[in-house]
Amino acid sequence: MKEYQTITEISGPLVFAEVDEPIGYDEIVEIETPQGETKRGQVLESSEGLVAIQVFEGTTGIDRNASVRFLGETLKMPVTEDLLGRVLDGSGQPIDGGPEIVPDERRDIVGAAINPYSREYPEEFIQTGVSAIDGMNTLVRGQKLPIFSASGLPHNNLALQIARQATVPEDEDSGEESEFAVVFGAMGITQEEANEFMEDFERTGALERSVVFTNLADDPAVERTVTPRLALTTAEYLAFDKDYHVLVILTDMTNYCEALREIGAAREEVPGRRGYPGYMYTDLAQLYERAGRIEGREGSVTQIPILTMPGDDDTHPIPDLTGYITEGQIYIDRDLNSQGIRPPINPLPSLSRLMDDGIGEGLTREDHADVSDQMYAAYAEGEDLRDLVNIVGREALSERDNKYLDFAERFEAEFVNQGFDTDRSIEDTLDIGWDLLSMLPKSELNRIDEELIEDYYEEDAESVEAEA
Amino acid sequence: MSQATQDSVREDGVIASVSGPVVTARGLDARMNDVVYVGDEGLMGEVIEIEGDLTTIQVYEETSGVGPGEPVESTGEPLTVDLGPGMMDAIYDGVQRPLDVLESKMDSAFLDRGVDAPGIDLDEKWEFEPTVSEGDEVAPGDVVGSVPETVTIEHKVMVPPDFEGGEVVAVEEGEFSVTETVVELDNGEEITMHQEWPVRQARPAAEKKTPREPLVSGQRILDGLFPIAKGGTAAIPGPFGSGKTVTQHQLAKWADADIVVYVGCGERGNEMTEVIEDFPELDDPKTGNPLMARTCLIANTSNMPVAARESCIYTGITIAEYYRDMGYDVALMADSTSRWAEAMREISSRLEEMPGEEGYPAYLAARLSEFYERAGYFTTVNGEEGSVSVIGAVSPPGGDFSEPVTQNTLRIVKTFWALDADLAERRHFPAINWNESYSLYQEQLDPWFVENVEDDWADERQWAVDVLDEENELQEIVQLVGKDALPEDQQLTLEIARYLREAYLQQNAFHPTDTYCSPEKTYGILTAIHTFNDEAFKALEAGVPVEEIQAIEAAPRLNRIGVQEDWEAYIEDLKAEITEQLRELY
Repeated sequence: MKEYQTITEISGPLVFAEVDEPIGYDEIVEIETPQGETKRGQVLESSEGLVAIQVFEGTTGIDRNASVRFLGETLKMPVTEDLLGRVLDGSGQPIDGGPEIVPDERRDIVGAAINPYSREYPEEFIQTGVSAIDGMNTLVRGQKLPIFSASGLPHNNLALQIARQATVPEDEDSGEESEFAVVFGAMGITQEEANEFMEDFERTGALERSVVFTNLADDPAVERTVTPRLALTTAEYLAFDKDYHVLVILTDMTNYCEALREIGAAREEVPGRRGYPGYMYTDLAQLYERAGRIEGREGSVTQIPILTMPGDDDTHPIPDLTGYITEGQIYIDRDLNSQGIRPPINPLPSLSRLMDDGIGEGLTREDHADVSDQMYAAYAEGEDLRDLVNIVGREALSERDNKYLDFAERFEAEFVNQGFDTDRSIEDTLDIGWDLLSMLPKSELNRIDEELIEDYYEEDAESVEAEA
Repeated sequence: MSQATQDSVREDGVIASVSGPVVTARGLDARMNDVVYVGDEGLMGEVIEIEGDLTTIQVYEETSGVGPGEPVESTGEPLTVDLGPGMMDAIYDGVQRPLDVLESKMDSAFLDRGVDAPGIDLDEKWEFEPTVSEGDEVAPGDVVGSVPETVTIEHKVMVPPDFEGGEVVAVEEGEFSVTETVVELDNGEEITMHQEWPVRQARPAAEKKTPREPLVSGQRILDGLFPIAKGGTAAIPGPFGSGKTVTQHQLAKWADADIVVYVGCGERGNEMTEVIEDFPELDDPKTGNPLMARTCLIANTSNMPVAARESCIYTGITIAEYYRDMGYDVALMADSTSRWAEAMREISSRLEEMPGEEGYPAYLAARLSEFYERAGYFTTVNGEEGSVSVIGAVSPPGGDFSEPVTQNTLRIVKTFWALDADLAERRHFPAINWNESYSLYQEQLDPWFVENVEDDWADERQWAVDVLDEENELQEIVQLVGKDALPEDQQLTLEIARYLREAYLQQNAFHPTDTYCSPEKTYGILTAIHTFNDEAFKALEAGVPVEEIQAIEAAPRLNRIGVQEDWEAYIEDLKAEITEQLRELY
């Protein structure tokens, strides 16, 4: 392996070096500073005689005398089943003081695209135990469903609740509930947040079936572009080679995108919207699309990326591009949060695109689709009326309108609100749904099949006054 | 890319630099847009810029590990597609490599690099039945025979448009592969069932005509209010989650086109899988045969290479034009054209071109209009009539329609189906906003609806539009003072409008019956609501309070017409009951 001491330029996270042999695009580089410190990087652009290198650990300490070694291969993740229970840093080195990792295989972290022809359509219901998700925005195995949150909201608690409670209801043949292996990729989160996650994992015993990658807020930003790829490469290995059902939690995607922007700016690229690189859609897709199921393989990769929307604005490029790639989104709502609703999920803008095929008779319950549709419609109507109440007051509204207002109140207080420690079965969730819908007269339930109304509608509930 | 061109490989060059999907090569003798094979692994690419000795190439595959000094070979041919029997029921990537063949060739569920496969199976035998005999004169585009491609589609074998034509001297009949000669001409031209055509060039046609027939979609709001013509163009812009893809799927399933080409451009992998799994199980409402028998899928998901995303739109429209030449009505769905535009932007920025609006290249508008212009109702070269309708989804960032892709698209297309996040949020589907959408085909299509459905088709539609307009105005007042403050007749109008929205405009794509609604049923639902309207206003005039009118037992049944199998009897019955119950009130 040849060593070069030919660095010509150092700029932000980038190092330019002259070379006299061809270097492959994306190849891994080791840079040794005169102080003896070794930093890793990746080739961003390779032309005859000159390469641009992006250094993961930051360029501090590198000078023109530093030596550059090209390893002749692209970045790889050592994968093995023994990774379960381990804690690694953002570039894949163990930091839990455990034994060295003996890999079964070393996998390219970029990961090839799954052939759409080889995919299997996701339609197995995952019970998260959270009514607002299970009932209204059902998650299925192999889906990618992000949490759209913002600063100061309890998205981490929700992610932990899902990681803790997620099960696929009993398989009829084996009679077992299958649990998930959790791959957790943290990008630029604070030490405190990381501790919160780790403590919860340890307390609940989830750590045993988890692989944790942590790039903290004070770790080099460029490393963040690698962390999710390491996590997903591990997840794919566990799912498609070792038959695990893997739940990947990535937090916080906003920090990841900031790192992309930083590299783009250092390379003096033409920026797209708000300074983010024009290829951000492709780049994010290469992460998010690594969820799914493959025909003939047991395992699956389900992704829950978390992002914080700058200024609560969902038209910002990060949530916007994410929403176009992922199969729906769960919104955490500031108003609901301040009302004390836990988890503060707002079902109206939330969506699960794969819900329709994952619910119904034989999967969840025959009435699931209709109940969920009707509750959406009713809650949306109630929400609309709230604006009106502010102007004309409740007395000025008709009896029908008042019922919808009551419905909206109870929907938030009883259906969405359940606390971070309650695990509700899908039957419980739907029964609460009927309980609420029965406040409305039968004739208003225009989205529910007449037969289902006969079976489930609670006649006497109509007269029960709302607590609100 | 076709295999047939591989032996014509010309001069070699070497890679000078690599940056993502953009590679430059030195010493390559290639023309603009020629296909080249890059590096030791032979990754497919296309020449996009030539500057002195340096040739810039966009590579259709992942370039990790490729470095300077590796060889580049030119094929001397532009990017072409293989045309011939076997394209129906197929699923391709953006450069027409069949994904099922790739799976078995790569022996992996993941897409490997450097594997090529022809777009149609070159060895498969097809039953060729000639329609010409020795001594006949044939010109370019003429049909010389046919092949039963699928249960639905009779594939017509044509003289390629770039042939001269002449007298037929030999004709074969029976089983042949697509590379074997089936008809020979006196000037030595040999006609096979296989043609190649460069994707960036429109196939020739004799004349473009004004479209006068609707592409019936089975979707009430589209057929009823904003129809698209066969050979027309439509855009569906909408923010994420507003139902672009479901609308595109519905059109692909139910539109009364002979052939459907579905291009999944930079979209979700699972969505394409849904299409692949669903379509073979669904029946074509026209023929009862499986839908796949008339469908060609092109799937270039968002994580597949960006350059292939740029080309997939062209691959799709070229295949569509080929079937149009046979005299078929083809519908092309492109989901989503924004991803295509973004692929252009990404490559343009790697080339360090001067950006236009929002970083998009300055030629964005030109490329979009070139693409949509390839749609139309044509007289083909051989005198048949065929059409290509193009329906493009647009994904505007943040749902803001003022962005360049939406705006440039709207300048070209004649039908605009605006998807609305608010409607989607309250689960009003399809979430097409009736106030913002339009169709410029309405008037030229009305005669068809009058002839084929009912005489007062246009009047009924106008009535519905008027009621919805009025509702829109009244809603503003309601927002301020509440519904009960309105006079009774306006309250009743709001009630009628509500039924229009719930029973007519909304349609459940996932309900087995409601998913497809014939134009007759569409009209029927409208007349039922109109009957309620007329009778209700009579009752109101006779002094019946509006609450009582609203409370009649039969009215909510309007919302259930959509799901009725036997809708004709149901509507008749319902109209009678509504009339009876309302007249009882006075």
